[in-house]
Amino acid sequence: MAIDKETARKVARLARLAIPEERLEPLARELSSILGWIEQLNEVDVEGVEPMTSTVAMKLPMREDVLEEGPTGGGQPDKVVANAPRTEDHFFIVPKVVE
Amino acid sequence: MTDITDLTLAELRDALKRKKVSSLEATGAYLANIEKAKDLNAFVTVTAEKARTMAAACDARLAKGEARPLEGVPLAIKDLFCTEDTLTTAGSHILDGFRPKYESTVTSQLWRDGAVMLGKLNMDEFAMGSSNETSYYGPVVNPWRSKGSNRQLTPGGSSGGSSASVAARLCAAATATDTGGSIRQPASLTATVGVKPTYGRCSRWGIVAFASSLDQAGPIARDVRDAAIMLRSMAGHDPKDSTSVDRPVPDYEAALGQSVKGMRVGVPKEYRVDGMPQEIEALWAKGAEWLKEAGCEIVEISLPLTKYALPVYYIVAPAEASSNLARYDGVRYGLRARGEHDITAMYEKTRAEGFGEEVKRRIMIGTYVLSAGYYDAYYLRAQKVRKRIFDEMMAAFGQCDLILTPSTPSAAFALGEKSDDPVQMYLNDVFTVTANLAGLPGVSVPAGLTGDGLPLGLQLLARPFDEETMFRGAYALEKAAGFAARPEVWWG
Repeated sequence: MAIDKETARKVARLARLAIPEERLEPLARELSSILGWIEQLNEVDVEGVEPMTSTVAMKLPMREDVLEEGPTGGGQPDKVVANAPRTEDHFFIVPKVVE
Repeated sequence: MTDITDLTLAELRDALKRKKVSSLEATGAYLANIEKAKDLNAFVTVTAEKARTMAAACDARLAKGEARPLEGVPLAIKDLFCTEDTLTTAGSHILDGFRPKYESTVTSQLWRDGAVMLGKLNMDEFAMGSSNETSYYGPVVNPWRSKGSNRQLTPGGSSGGSSASVAARLCAAATATDTGGSIRQPASLTATVGVKPTYGRCSRWGIVAFASSLDQAGPIARDVRDAAIMLRSMAGHDPKDSTSVDRPVPDYEAALGQSVKGMRVGVPKEYRVDGMPQEIEALWAKGAEWLKEAGCEIVEISLPLTKYALPVYYIVAPAEASSNLARYDGVRYGLRARGEHDITAMYEKTRAEGFGEEVKRRIMIGTYVLSAGYYDAYYLRAQKVRKRIFDEMMAAFGQCDLILTPSTPSAAFALGEKSDDPVQMYLNDVFTVTANLAGLPGVSVPAGLTGDGLPLGLQLLARPFDEETMFRGAYALEKAAGFAARPEVWWG
């Protein structure tokens, strides 16, 4: 399936990527060429085949519903915001979301 | 004594234990090599001070006779592994300034076992690439060159910093990751040994995610024994990764000497591609001959679905990547575009500035194949074909214990040679990607040189969690190949 310029614009929007107008056309061509190559998958008979989601047959492990010690635990606000571009009092600062 | 950096990891480990050399000396020697090898661009960050501090602590333990399995051994870490308080970039602009507040499980196990960190290695951006050219920090250059040429060649990718630094003796061994071939392809192109273990063998916790159902960590090392030693420390169950498997980690090094007599080695007739050089075909045949002489039985097998593995990969991996990379929004870490007063515009501009072209392409493909109306036609179909490929591989392992293939369809190519055509670049992983889709362990072993003097590897695949058989086979192959060539030092 060929991707046109408008589809490329829509997908870029869904992916939250600002693509300059002049790049949309070439990008659509690149993606169409990759998808064209992928379409050989239509030759494979997949009738009745279960889609594969994991290579290892195992049940998703459960853990105790408690706050853990260490990096996955709580109570570490300094560490949580340490790498943020803008913070204040352990909050992330972003442009206004609601008018 | 000989140059410390010429010792293999196993030799260095033993020399340290016998106090023939100190960790500070070994660390100093490697740091000096790194300093001289700036032209290779293998490192994003060198942590010299941290390395010396760690080495001094190791020497104290060695003095007390309390050596751990990797005590004092200097290693380098692919920049996809989060390292506490040390810059971690994933080769991307979007992770500018990111200093994780935690340590990945794999690296923490290496430090637990006494290893020393020299620094963080360059790589394709978010591990998306086969030539290291998608790195924001510029391509790594292969220490190997064609005979009589000074053209710069790729060290492979995405673990190009890992392969180049091991080949150029900038570290005793390196960590790497493999999503479609990113350990085995660079190993093949640099005459190093690269191991991708079974999916679930190594914890993915703290490794920057690319495609979570395919990503696995593994070592790149100078020989099979070194890779076995590295994997033992890297592997193991981790409750923080729900796909990490709770099975004991065997002593892989102990498996090496064991006989391969009676082992059945499958040779799949479909592992040939148009334009594959005759010398690769010949080396492959030689590899089968070597294993036969060592006592293996060679079995011809058929894997007709092989050609569909790459197209499946280029749906599954971008789909997972588009979800995983949604987290880079300029809010919690890394780069944020300046001057935007609208939050959507801030996201869009941050991601446009922060991601390179190949990463954007893959995010777009992933978003498209997961979007309403296309999900069934692309993503669901790919997952079904993936299941058929898995079944086909498992059926093959009914006829054989190992599968022998070339590692790559060509030797190292020139930087810039394939970067204009994504599909041509993707074809580099044609022999490696099936192992990722099926979750199988695989290893690339240096086996020969092209007429131009460039290294070529052979790959062995094994059943899930049967790395021991894989290591036994790889050791036999290594012994028979007797590969001893080294790149001529032109850098520094």
